Amino acid sequence: MLSIKNLQAQIEDKQILKGLNLEVKPGEIHAIMGPNGAGKSTLASVLSGREEYEVTGGSVEFDGKDILELDPHERAGEGLFLAFQYPVEIPGVSTTNFMKAAVNEVRKYRGQEELTAVDFLKMMKEKMKTVDMPQDLINRSLNEGFSGGEKKRNEIFQMAMLEPKLCVLDETDSGLDIDALRIVANGVNQYKSKDNAFIVITHYQRLLDYIVPDFVHVLHDGKIVKSGTKELALELEEKGYDWIKEEVAQ
Amino acid sequence: MNGEASSPVNGIRQEAFKAFEGMEFPTIKHEEWKFTNVQKLVKNHYSFSQETKLSADEVSNAFIEGIEGDRIVFINGIFSEEHSSISASGLTVKSLAQAFKENKDVVEAHFGQESNLEESTFAKANTALSKDGIFIHVPKGKAIEKPISLYFLSDAKNEAIATTPRNLIVAEENSQVTVIEVFKTIGENQSLANNVTEISVANHAIVDYYKVQNEASQASIIDCTKVIQGKESHFTGTTISLKGDIIRNNLDITLDGEHLDSYMHGLYLLDGTTHVDNHTAVDHKYPNCHSNELYKGIVDDKSRGVFNGKIFVRQDAQKTNAFQNNRNIVLSDDAKVNTKPQLEIWADDVSCSHGCTIGQMDEEALFYLQARGISKTRSKAMLMNAFAGEVVEKIKVEGLRTYIETLIEERLHA
Ligand SMILES: Nc1ncnc2c1ncn2[C@@H]1O[C@H](COP(=O)(O)OP(=O)(O)OP(=O)(O)O)[C@@H](O)[C@H]1O
Ligand SMILES: [Mg+2]
Repeated sequence: MLSIKNLQAQIEDKQILKGLNLEVKPGEIHAIMGPNGAGKSTLASVLSGREEYEVTGGSVEFDGKDILELDPHERAGEGLFLAFQYPVEIPGVSTTNFMKAAVNEVRKYRGQEELTAVDFLKMMKEKMKTVDMPQDLINRSLNEGFSGGEKKRNEIFQMAMLEPKLCVLDETDSGLDIDALRIVANGVNQYKSKDNAFIVITHYQRLLDYIVPDFVHVLHDGKIVKSGTKELALELEEKGYDWIKEEVAQ
Repeated sequence: MNGEASSPVNGIRQEAFKAFEGMEFPTIKHEEWKFTNVQKLVKNHYSFSQETKLSADEVSNAFIEGIEGDRIVFINGIFSEEHSSISASGLTVKSLAQAFKENKDVVEAHFGQESNLEESTFAKANTALSKDGIFIHVPKGKAIEKPISLYFLSDAKNEAIATTPRNLIVAEENSQVTVIEVFKTIGENQSLANNVTEISVANHAIVDYYKVQNEASQASIIDCTKVIQGKESHFTGTTISLKGDIIRNNLDITLDGEHLDSYMHGLYLLDGTTHVDNHTAVDHKYPNCHSNELYKGIVDDKSRGVFNGKIFVRQDAQKTNAFQNNRNIVLSDDAKVNTKPQLEIWADDVSCSHGCTIGQMDEEALFYLQARGISKTRSKAMLMNAFAGEVVEKIKVEGLRTYIETLIEERLHA
């Protein structure tokens, strides 16, 4: 589904990704861990097409297509979804109108018919349930004045609405209390299927207790330096990253 | 500019005419006109308040659909009975020229009463040259339900046209009225409207005044609107500027009583080479008043927005609440905004705040929308709509709000 080969990217002349490789198949969950500043969010941004990041080498294929050639909205249309580490507040844009525009644009891109107002509302109601999204949040401007946890919940709600194939969750667990974490993880697990895949960026095992990964990767200094199964995450939690940095240095 | 003073209120007019002869129009050396060069406007040759006829179609094309109430039409500054409908009852709506003869008492009590009106050369020129304008008189206790729309049409099909409408709106005690003012030029030649409107809002009265400036690109407006508010009155001035050559709005509000509310809302959405300059001044003379100003602008291409907001709080005006906010988005390298708040506060127990920002489009927000499948163009439009929406949603006349929303939509998708 996703094939990243030797990906190199920079921002403002600073090289951040330095030859990153990753293969993701349908039905898989990949966790990416790694110290602060390693380039995890950069990877997410490059995948979703942020203009500020310049790809200086390597390739990214998504379902056989070179997605680096596509605009951000086209990548979303192709079925790529990024749950932001820091979702932005957009005053004056109502959550409902935004969601309706997004859902219908994505449907158009996929050659599906636009939803009628009634069908759209029905879909909203359904998906809201999967993440316990209260109606009053939907009625407000997009993320405006939302708590940290509410913003993250809104990201997963949007994911459910847009029906992507590949979901990149960038620290969706940070700032969540235990109940909110369970709700968010539950939303993810409901959406998970053999046809879609997840890349879960996190610092904590806590999330991986709920969203169980098939693979765990360590991203350090712009590269994936170690890969393993879910046991690797437990080891990292216990020992930190220093031993990996030492391994890499040798 | 040339013309003749042929009005019944000759005393005031003659005086102003003489003064105008001896005076110069401001250059950019003048502090108040630093960013707005009117020299090319006043040096241009215009035909002055030329009488002309427009077809019913030409006139109705200028009308804003979906707004109820009476429409009053002026063509080249002269009242057109033929195209106007005056059906609202319980108030007086007529041409000011006529009111000079028939409503002498009210007119004389309010016409040219603002002492500093004649400080401006443009206002002086208006007093000297004006042939006509609208007179609206809402008697005590009367609330007029539907808005009154004023259409000032310039017929510039054959020649450059200058007009000097002079308007007087008097809302007596405890009355209520909404007025919508539209300037529109028909034809390819230049036009200049040198407009003066005096509005008197008596004690407990409510006046909503809207200006819709979506002119031809070769049409200019120099507007001077003077408002005087009595105690416990409400005034809301809304200025929407979308297109024109040079537009200068002077909005001066004197708060002449206690416990009153005064709102100034503005939106300028500019492209091409349109230049819009909003100068506002609110003068708090008595205690316990509240004024609130919000002007927002988006400038694109080579357009320019100028904002200057003055707030005066006199020594006696304790417990004043005065707020001012001017926010701008600059979309292109060649577009410009100049903004300046000017607060002069002599009272000590006041709550005043002001702020102005000039920024670009929020890139983070733009990317967020794009990442959800919405194209860049549409994402931009959504953000700009949201930005402008804060002003647009304050428009209380539904038909007008819809009209403005449609114009903004069209502009943003272009
Ligand atoms: N606009 C920018 N200009 C310069 N450097 C940047 C910019 N944005 C990010 N960086 C740098 O890129 C590096 C990688 O940042 P990134 O956000 O990808 O890290 P991360 O792995 O997600 O870290 P965290 O765990 O803290 O979220 C950091 O050193 C960061 O300072
Ligand atoms: Mg990060």
